[in-house]
Formats: sequence, structure tokens, C-alpha cells
Amino acid sequence: QTSSLTGKVLDETGLPLPGASIQIKSLNKSTTTPATGIFQLGGLKNGVVIVTVTYIGYETLNQQVTISGNTNVDFNLKPDAQNLSEVVVIGYGTSEKKNLTGSITTVSAKDFQKGAITTPEQLIQGKVSGVNITSNGGAPGAGSVIRIRGGASLNASNDPLIVIDGVPLSGNTIGNAPSPLALINPNEIESFTVLKDANATAIYGSRASNGVVLITTKKGSAGTPVINFSTNNSYATIAKKVGVLSADQIRTVVNDNPDVKYDDNPDHTFKALLGNSNTDWQDEIYNNSFTTDNNLSLSGAFHGVPYRVSGGYLDQKGLLITDRLKRATGGFGISPKLFGDHLKIDLNLKGSLTEAHFANQDAIQNAIQFDPTQSVYAENKYGNYFEWIQGDVPNPNAPRNPVGLIRLKDNNGKTERSFGNAQFDYSFHFLPELHANLNLGYDVSKGYGTVRVPIYAAQSAATQGSFTRSVGTQRNKVSEFYLNYAKYVESIKSKFDVTAGYGYYDNSSTTYNFASYKGTGEVISTPTFPFAVEREKLLSYYGRFVYTLADKYILSATMRADGSSRFAEENRWGYFPSVGFTWRIIGEDFLKDSKVLSDLKLRLSYGETGNKDGIGNYNYLSKYYSNTGQGQYQIGDTLYDYYTPAAYDPDLRWETTTTYNAGLDYGFFDGRIYGGIDVYYKKTKDLLSTVDIPSGTNFNNRLLTNVGNMDVRGAEVNLNFSVIKGENANWDFGVNAAYNKRKVTNLSLNPDPKFIIDAGGITGGTGINLKYNAINQIPGSFYVYKQVYDSNDKPLEGVYADLNGDGIINTGDQYFYKAPDPKFTFGFNTSFNYKKWTLSTVLRANLGNYIYDNVSSNFGVKRNILSPTGLINNATTDIYNTNFTNNQYLSDYYIKNASFLKMDNAGIAFDAGRISKSNNMTLRISANCQNVFVVTKYKGLDPESILGIDYNLYPRPRTYTLGFNVGF
Amino acid sequence: CKKSDLNLTPTNDQIASSVYSTPAGYKQELVKLYASYALTHSSGATAESDIGGLNPGFTDFLRLFWMSQELTSDEAICSWNDTGIPDLNQMTWTSETTFLRGLYSRSIYQITVCNEFLRESTPEKLSSRGISGADATAIQKYRAEARFLRAFQYWVLLDGFGNPPFITENDVIGKVPPKQIKRTDLFNYVESELKAIESDLADAQTNEYGRADKGADWALLARLYLNAEIYTGTAKYTEAITYSSKVINGGYSLASTYKNLFLTDNNVTSKNELILTINYDGIHTQNDGGTTYLINAAINGDMNPASFGVPTGGWAGNRTKNPLPLIFGDYSGNTDKRAMFFGTKLANDEMGVFSDGLRVTKFRNVNSAGVPAPSIEGKFSSLDFPLFRLAEQYLIYSEAVTRGGSGGNAAQALTYVNNLRERAYGNTSGNVASLSIPFFLDERARELYWEGFRRTDLIRYGKYTNASYVWPFKGGAKAGTGVSDTRNLFPIPSADLIANTNLVQNAGY
Repeated sequence: QTSSLTGKVLDETGLPLPGASIQIKSLNKSTTTPATGIFQLGGLKNGVVIVTVTYIGYETLNQQVTISGNTNVDFNLKPDAQNLSEVVVIGYGTSEKKNLTGSITTVSAKDFQKGAITTPEQLIQGKVSGVNITSNGGAPGAGSVIRIRGGASLNASNDPLIVIDGVPLSGNTIGNAPSPLALINPNEIESFTVLKDANATAIYGSRASNGVVLITTKKGSAGTPVINFSTNNSYATIAKKVGVLSADQIRTVVNDNPDVKYDDNPDHTFKALLGNSNTDWQDEIYNNSFTTDNNLSLSGAFHGVPYRVSGGYLDQKGLLITDRLKRATGGFGISPKLFGDHLKIDLNLKGSLTEAHFANQDAIQNAIQFDPTQSVYAENKYGNYFEWIQGDVPNPNAPRNPVGLIRLKDNNGKTERSFGNAQFDYSFHFLPELHANLNLGYDVSKGYGTVRVPIYAAQSAATQGSFTRSVGTQRNKVSEFYLNYAKYVESIKSKFDVTAGYGYYDNSSTTYNFASYKGTGEVISTPTFPFAVEREKLLSYYGRFVYTLADKYILSATMRADGSSRFAEENRWGYFPSVGFTWRIIGEDFLKDSKVLSDLKLRLSYGETGNKDGIGNYNYLSKYYSNTGQGQYQIGDTLYDYYTPAAYDPDLRWETTTTYNAGLDYGFFDGRIYGGIDVYYKKTKDLLSTVDIPSGTNFNNRLLTNVGNMDVRGAEVNLNFSVIKGENANWDFGVNAAYNKRKVTNLSLNPDPKFIIDAGGITGGTGINLKYNAINQIPGSFYVYKQVYDSNDKPLEGVYADLNGDGIINTGDQYFYKAPDPKFTFGFNTSFNYKKWTLSTVLRANLGNYIYDNVSSNFGVKRNILSPTGLINNATTDIYNTNFTNNQYLSDYYIKNASFLKMDNAGIAFDAGRISKSNNMTLRISANCQNVFVVTKYKGLDPESILGIDYNLYPRPRTYTLGFNVGF
Repeated sequence: CKKSDLNLTPTNDQIASSVYSTPAGYKQELVKLYASYALTHSSGATAESDIGGLNPGFTDFLRLFWMSQELTSDEAICSWNDTGIPDLNQMTWTSETTFLRGLYSRSIYQITVCNEFLRESTPEKLSSRGISGADATAIQKYRAEARFLRAFQYWVLLDGFGNPPFITENDVIGKVPPKQIKRTDLFNYVESELKAIESDLADAQTNEYGRADKGADWALLARLYLNAEIYTGTAKYTEAITYSSKVINGGYSLASTYKNLFLTDNNVTSKNELILTINYDGIHTQNDGGTTYLINAAINGDMNPASFGVPTGGWAGNRTKNPLPLIFGDYSGNTDKRAMFFGTKLANDEMGVFSDGLRVTKFRNVNSAGVPAPSIEGKFSSLDFPLFRLAEQYLIYSEAVTRGGSGGNAAQALTYVNNLRERAYGNTSGNVASLSIPFFLDERARELYWEGFRRTDLIRYGKYTNASYVWPFKGGAKAGTGVSDTRNLFPIPSADLIANTNLVQNAGY
């Protein structure tokens, strides 16, 4: 006769918890709750057992139960604010949160940002201290730049390594897709884990200097099948437009300056150029837009094998007219366990099809500049869009009609992508403490694009239209194998956890080259080669040793050896060690009974990581490259092709970052208040920088080589409060703050404090550099002239301080003034829950970041309105502040404080739970607003900028979303 | 995966031994040396450049050389606000000025690729690659041309920067800093190279169009000797006469019409005056510098760009500083047809206003019948630029005679000058009766303006820096003022001073 245990797993409000795990370890029995929360464990014997109930985000419950026949017991779980028992993914394994030795932050689905989120990284914007996620603008699927602790490099990549289900992404961009992560459905993501210090990241070796982001996707769970359908429908509106002059203000400027002429002809007055319309060009190119995002998933177990099948469809329109992204995604995963659970298999397959229509973003700056007195349409040969004509062609110095730019350029992209992995974890029959883990992954994609501009379009008048196409493929293969041995030796209260592994990564991308054509069909250029393959391989060996004594003292050491095809054989291998020590002070006797402290942990770590991304695949090789059809040379009557020797550095080697980190994790009052503090110091040497080399020694005066050092220091604090914790009401809030400062300490082959090198130009005069790298400065600091102001605080045009006192104003008077890096970043989250209602919001702030207002420096001058090239343009309203006639690009006037506070998200959700007794249907309704408000002194469109230069930014929309989530 | 699997190579690139495997390969690589005069990069007008640190469109040789010679002089001013341009307009450049660094880097780049060619074409390399007989003889001629092109760029450095780093084919590619050479030593090197290759070069006017021959070699020697006193302290007017005479007697003759020299069929109409050209092609040799720059930067919309063969162009940058038209006296073009100006306002009131100053209409992307040359985007030029032409040699001969050099005679000198003036006036009404040293500074302006000679000429006459001769914006003052004599040399760019500790900065910077 067998007995059974049935019951419910309930949360603190008495609602059933689907997906909770119930285990009787002594009997090796386990199950998972379905949506109803009601479980059944059969085949038991009568007697006393310990039942372990676990659920992410809740304290693990170990409850003694007496089984007698068919026993029914309900289990009530308490939320674990601090998630100390949560199992967190780390590189090549998992760890309980309380035992972590590195600086690691996990954000799981319940804490994600809400609303219309179409690329995964935006889910954790503002959620993790020291992680800045800045969207590339408001275009559909635009993606973001992720910076963990500011990045550690100058010219090489500052992007973190992203690992999805154990498969590292290559870092290559995928052609004809808005961004690589935009091909991944955010709804499929279970959690993000951010590895920040070297002890956490060094096991990823050469790709870890900029931090590592581990993404875990949703998996199937045992139990009765659960169907989940969600639909999010949103409406995006433009939150702010660039302040420009109205048509009447332009008329006033023209009428007030009757003497200004653009050439010697007395009839050529600006007044004669004025139009009769009042056109708001920004209104003409932007529209409110609708997005729908629908996802359906089914998960359950088939003959005991958990599975998950999912599909999603996104249709997102952009603020810019004609911008549209359509994405269909599908996912399939099974997780069988074989041989009495000794072999666990995880199989994940995901695919996506993306079709995008890209609006011509040149329209953005042209709409700012275009004369508002002109109408959109006019009778002409340019598709009847008004254009400035000079002689018989569009004036080459004029902006193009913004609406014409969009309507007459048809830019389409299509991408197919499939990625997946098969992970086998075998625990040896004769030695269950020993696991062998094999992970095979792939990521392949193919992108197609076509761009067509008709013959009559003014934007391509020079070539009478154009047609180009592009095709590219990516093929990334990963195979990894590791052995893990974990053993607890009771007699010495010691736990040993040893991992050793091998990895092989093969990334290649192929670009196919096509001829480009005029609209007439005439060939503009033909490719020299039909295609080019870029390939990179990485071979790795890695190991980790973790020793835990008495559950209090944890020593962790890792080592990775990476060999990359990007370096010559002598420099190919890099070795990246790390060591971390953790003291769980809370485990000491003197704190055991503390009523105040619930957690206290000290973490110290040191490690070295490498970087080689962001440089070419073959830079160490001496090679000759071919000219193109536009770079031939005529001798006699013959046009010749030839090869050109490329500059190269045979000695290229790894960029190496050494990181020191000290951290303290704390919890008070049973985790009602908890958080952590980290301080760190990173030192990068052998920076991969493009710098001036002695002229004459190579085939360029600049060369990518290992030179320079950079320091990064910073601190991060996060604090979480569970202010109200009750049966009907809960109020939590979390704040995080980070300070980060990067500083260049050497830049040149011969260390010289005077050496500076350009690190970014602006739009306006050709080749004007504004940002420079220099010793003792933040990378990319602004290098400008000091503006002189009159007694009314108006900037005096062209008057700058003679800083070096030599009596003339020239480049010698430029100085370093501010930088785009924020000094401090903050994130603030709160959610208030009362019964079935939840209110939540996320705010973010950056302090001490500066931005160069390139929009006003370029357009906000009188010379722009009354253009000497014979046309009228619009200007930004900043012209009223400066009254500048000519562009003063390098005035520090245009460097503006761009500190901001943004409310990213505010939402309300109603969780109806089970909506009828007769079935298991659950319903959740949510309403969200994204980009709610921005508080800033900056007068331009948006203070948030990746490079610190405000120009041609696609406005980030304000979005209203209504979502329904139905479960069965 | 084996460790050796980590050796990967690019799909389409080559290595030196495959590039230089056949005689045709050597010819291609010789063309590369010429092509690097004409282009910013072998991919045409793209975002790439052979040299770093400057907007790619600015990095071709002619544009940079022209800016250094003309914008810094009394002949031209540019209205653009790009960092460094006002510094050139006003002679307030520093060792940071990007355009000077660009010229320096471009010259040295071309020297470096010439060195590579010389390393790959030694007799040992040729025999190891199985090249012999007539092929090897032809390559011997290529080597002489490579050395000529290298000597030409060393002359540019000698003239502009004085004391540059010195590298030859004996230096290896890498990061080892080269030594600096003193101006006098560099003069001697350039002179000895040009003399050493003379016999290997093709006879004057016998090489393919676009390739250097003995005529080009003599022409550069003549130019070098004319300025020898500035370069070394020792005048060499006699040698200037010797070598300009060699050119003049080399079979060349003046083109019949001055303006045809600067039109796209100059290789036909003016063939016998051109000694060496940089060849451009609006479709196949695209570049935002070169003559594309000379034409587009000199015009704007109201000058009818289509009549310049660049219907979509017109960048409104360069125009004259007022001394240039005034040197003509009657600058209407009615008497001296070399005066090709547009506009009515002579005064350079505002640096940034394109119409403040007469515009120069000398260079056009049309042929002598007014037909535009093909240009895929309506802005690229197919006009070949004369790097050396016979008229300059006439003027060198005559000036050197007037300055007291021997081996020539005054009557011949006067004839040469009047040959040029007869072409300019269409008759003898502009002929001069006698010559004086100051005359040549003005006559060279009239004959050679905007062709990249002016800075060198003003220095030879001692008028470049000092306050006795000023022009608008000279020295940073609107009316013009003198500057330090140390500005007769450009500074070594600070970036290279830092990268190469062997270098010592020129005095005054």
C-alpha cells in the first residue's frame, strides 16, 4: 500500500504559486506545482519525512510532515526579500547567492522593467548599480549601449560579453537587423545575471574586461500544461521636439536683415526666397505610432519530460513615418532527465524572423534645419517635394526636404536567425559528486537588405537615384566541456568545488558584395571581390576552485587561458587568473542571534581579464589589399589596379585589466532592509589604441597597437527596503547608486603628458574634432575654447580666453572642459501592492555628465538662417541666447550640463488571479507609461547620450501600454 | 580544435610575395606609388585614408600641399571654419595644426611606400622570383621612378619642414623611430638621388603619360637649385640654369592657350608643356582632394557649377587674398588672359564670407570645347594637375640668370619671359623690355598662381614673414602684420615629436 501527499503551495497572500518545487530528499521524490498550485506526490510510505518547498523569491521551507495514507498539507511560503538561498547562474555553474564570492547582481523576470520593451537589455535599465544601459534612440529595435562600470578600454570594445544559456554571443553585428539583441524576444527571458568584478568574470578570460551579462531563458517545468498568452499594445507619442524658430520668426529675421545678401545680384535677396507656408517639419516627419506584442507559450511535461514551446509576434511602428519592425519568434525547449536523474539534458532552440523598414533618419536633422516658410509640396521634378534648386540641380549646400527624404528612400531589411544549444550534464553513477557537462551551441543568421531611391529623388540627384543591396551571414559555433567535482567533508567542515573545462569558439561572418546602381540602372560601382569572410577562433582552458570552510570562509580562485586567432603565435595566449575571498560574518557565533542583522558578508577579490574585441581579425598580419573601382590610377591610356600594403603591428597582444574589488553585503531585520556596497579599482594596461607612431616606420602614421594605461575607480551601493510587508499590502523600494571615474594615465609610445589624440568629431565643419583622449583626463573629454561673456552673460562671438597668454587665439588656447561620462548614476524602483493591485515605477538619474549641443552649434547661428549659399534655413531657438552670426563649434558655451532624472516607467497592474472557479484561467491586466518625464537643465531634445554629442537623435518616445496576460 | 587552427588569413588580401610575383605585379605596384599622389585611399573617396588623424577627404597630397603653399600666402584665403584653416589663412599655425601634420604624414607615407617597392625590387628579390632579362630591365626603370617620387616628397619636406625624419629602404617596418635629418643634409640627399637616377630614367617625353622621366628629374633639380640658398645657405643659380636648360631643350614646348592647361583635355592640348601630371578621373580615381577640391572649393552656387563641369558641386571655400588680382593691375582678363577671376569685391573684409575676395576660375572639369568630363556624382574631377610644366622652367631659367647664375644669357631669359607674356596677351603688347629680380615674384604669381608655388616664392624673396610686405589677415591682423622669421619653416607636428624622441622641433615652435 502506498501513500501520497497532496496539497497547495501558497504565497503570503494565500494565492497559489505555480512552478514551486516540492521535494522529499530522503525518498528522492520531487514534483512541481502547476498553475493551480495543487500538487500530488504519490508512491510514498507512511512515516515522518522532511518536505522541502522552494520557489524563487521565497524562503526555502523545510517542513516536517507525517505521511499517513493520503495526506493533505498546504505549504505557506514567505517571501525572501533578500533571496539568499536563490541559486544564481555564474560562469560554468551555479552558486547559492549567500555563497557568492564575486560582485554579481541578478534581476529576474518579476523585477524587469514593464511596458513596450522590444530589446532584452532594456528590461534591466536602471536596475543594477554600475550598469548603464543607454538606448540608441527611439527607432524600433534600436538596441542599447551597455556599459558595466564604464568599460575598461579606449579603442577596443567596451561592450560586455553576453552569454545566453551558456552560449556567448560573438559581438558581431548582424547585417540588416536593428541590433543583435533585437532579434531576441524579451518575453523569453527568465533572468539576467550581471558579473562585475574580476572574480566573477575572469573565468570568461579574454572577453571579460567589460563585465559579463548572463541571460537565462525560460524553461519548461513539470506538472500539468500551462498555457500563457500575453498581449501588450502600446501607443508611442513624441515626448519632445527640438525647439526651432517658427515660420514667422524666420520672416522676422529675414525682414530685419534686408542688407544681407548671398551674392552680388541685387535681385538675390533673402526676402525673395521666403515662402508663404507655416510648416512644422518635425510634425511632418513624426507620427504617433502603434505597437502590438503578442506572446503565447505552453509549458508542461510530456511523459515526465518538461518542455516549453513559445511563439511571439511583434509589430512595432516608429515615431518616424514609415519606420516599422516586424518580428516573429519561436522557441522550443525540453529538459529530460535520464538514468535516474544522472543525465540532465537541456535542449533549447530559438528562431526569429525579422522584417524591418528603416525610415531615412537623415530626415531628423533636415527637419530641424528646413525652412518653415516653405510648404512640403511644390510642383517640380523631384517627386513634387519642395527643394532648394540651384541652376538645374538641387542646391548641394541645402538640406533636403525631410518628407521627401523619407518617402523617396525605401530601405528594407530582413533577417533570419536561429540559435540554440544542447547541454548535457552527467553526474557519474559511481561518483555522483562528479559532473561532466557538455554544451554545444550555435547561432546562425542571415540578413538581406535593399535600398532604393527613385531617379527623381533630390537626395540622390547626383546619381539619379540608386539601388544597392546587401547580404550577410553569421555563423557562430560554441563547444564547451567541463568537469565539476563538489564534495562536502563533514569532518573538516569543508566543501570543495572544483571545475575544469575546455572551450572552442568559432565565429565567422560573410559579407557578399554587390554592384551599386543609379536609378537609371547604370552601374555606379562594381565590387572587386564577390564576398569576404571574417573569421575568428578562440580556444580556451579554464578552471575554478572554491573552498568553503564552516560555511563562513570561502576562497575562490579561477584561471583561464585563451588563445585567439587575432594575434601572432608568440602573443596568442593570454592567462587570466583571479582570486576571491569571502567572509560570511553573519555565520559567526557573535552574530548568530542578532535580531538586527540578518546578513553580513565581506567580499575581497583580485583578478585579471583581457580584451580583444573591437579590433580587426587580421591586424597582426602583413597584408596587401586591393583598390576598388573608384581608386584606380591612369598611366598612359590604361587604368591600373594595384595592391596597397596595410599598416600592421606584428606584436599585437591582449589588453589586460586588473581589477581589485571589495564588497560588503548586508541585511537587517530579517531581510527587510538589505543591499551591498562595492568599491573597485581597475587598471588596464597594453590598451589597444590607435595612436601616432613615429612617421615613416609603418604604412600609416597611426597604428592600432598596445599602448597606454587607464584607471577606473568607482563605488556602488544598493539598498532595498521592504517598508510594508503584510497580508494585503506590500511596499518595496530599492535604490542603487554608483560612482565611476575613468582616467587615462598614458597614451603614447613614449609617455608624454602633452600627448593628446582625437576621440570623436562633430557635425558641421569637416573634420572638426571635439573629444580627445589625454593623460589625466577622462576618455573622450571635450577640448574646447573658453568662451568670454559680456556683462549680460551673453557669449561674445568668437571671443575666447587667451589661456596660454601668447596674445593670439589658436589651438594652443584649447583646454579640457568636462566629459560625457556621468560621475554618479542612480536607479530607483518601487512597487506598492495592495491586494490585487500593484503600482510600480522606475526612475533613473545621471549626475555630472555633460553633452555637446551639436544641434545648436550647427544650426543656431544667423549664417545658417541667411545662408550665403543662397537659401534660408531654420535655426534652433538657442540663437536668441547667443546671437551668433557664424558657427562657433569649439566654444565651451555648447558644453552643457546634461544631468537628468528620468522616470522610465510607471505602471499599474491588476492581478485578478483565478477568474472563475470552474477553470484555472488567470488574468493580469497592466497599464504602463514609459519615458514619463525628464528633469534636466539641458534644453536640447534629450540629455541622455551615448557619446556625449547631441545630434540627429531619434527621439525616445513616450509610450502608453495596455497589457493582458492570461494563463490556463 | 588544434592550436594551429588559430592561424587564420583574410579572404581577399594578399601578401608581398604574391603581389610581387610577376613583372605585371611590379608594374601594378609602381602604379600604386603614383596613385598615392592622386588619392586619399585606394578605395576612392570613402571614409578610409592612407593617413590618420585628419578627415579622410582632406588627406590627399595635392590638397594638403596646395593649402600649405597658398592659404598661408598672399594668394588665397579659405572661408571654412574647419579647425586649422583659419590658422593657415592667418599664419598662426601651431605644431598641432592638423593640415600641416597631414602634409607631413602624407609625404612620409609616400616615401614609405616607395621604400617598400625598393625593398621588394632588389636584384636579389627579382632573381628569387625568376624575373630576368627585359622584365628586370624594365623594373630597374621602375626603381628609378620610385626613387624620383621619393625624392620629390623629400623635397616637399625639405621645403616645408626642413628637418624631417629620414627613412630609406634600409629601414624596417615596425615601430622603431627613425633619425632626423638636417636640412642641408637632406638637400644633398635629394640632389644626389636625382642625379643618381638620371641615367636610369626614360628620356624626356618618352615615358608613358603620367610617369616620370628625365624631364621631371631635371625640372625638380632646377626647382631645388633655384631655392638652394634658402635650403642650405649656398646659392646654386648656375645649377638651376643648367637643369632648367636641360628641360627647355628636352623637346617640350608651350601650349598655345594658357587656359587649356587647366582643362580636362590638357593631356592633348597642352601635351608638350606638361612634364609630369597627377592624373585624376571623375569615375575611376575619385577623391575629395586633388583637382576636385581645387575646382569645387573655388566656386559656389552663383558661379554656375555646371559650367565648371561639377553640376552638383560648389563648396564655396577658396578665393583670392586681394594682392593677387592687384599684381595683375588689370585683372579683368581683357589684357592678360591669365587673370581668370569672378566677382566684384576685392576686399577680404570677412574671412568667412566667400564673396569677400575675387574668385579664381582657372581650374575646370570641362574640356577646351566646354564639354564636361564624366563624373558619377557631378562633383568629381577628371582634370589632371600639372606638377611640373615648361613655363615654370622658363621662369627658373630667367630668374636664375637675372640673379647672376652663369651658363645662360639675359637675352634668352627675356625671350622666355616674353614667350609667356605673348601667350598671356595674345600679342606682344604685354612684352617687357628688361628684367629685374623683383619682377619675377610678380610674374610667377601671374603665371603660376594657385598652382602651389607661392609660399616657396615669398620665402625666396624674404617676404613671407616680415612686416615689409603684408596682406589681409597675415599674422592674425585684418590689415596684416609681420610674423616671426621662424615661420619660414613649418613646425614638426607635435604628434610625431612625441612618438619619435629622436626629433628636435624647429626653432620658434
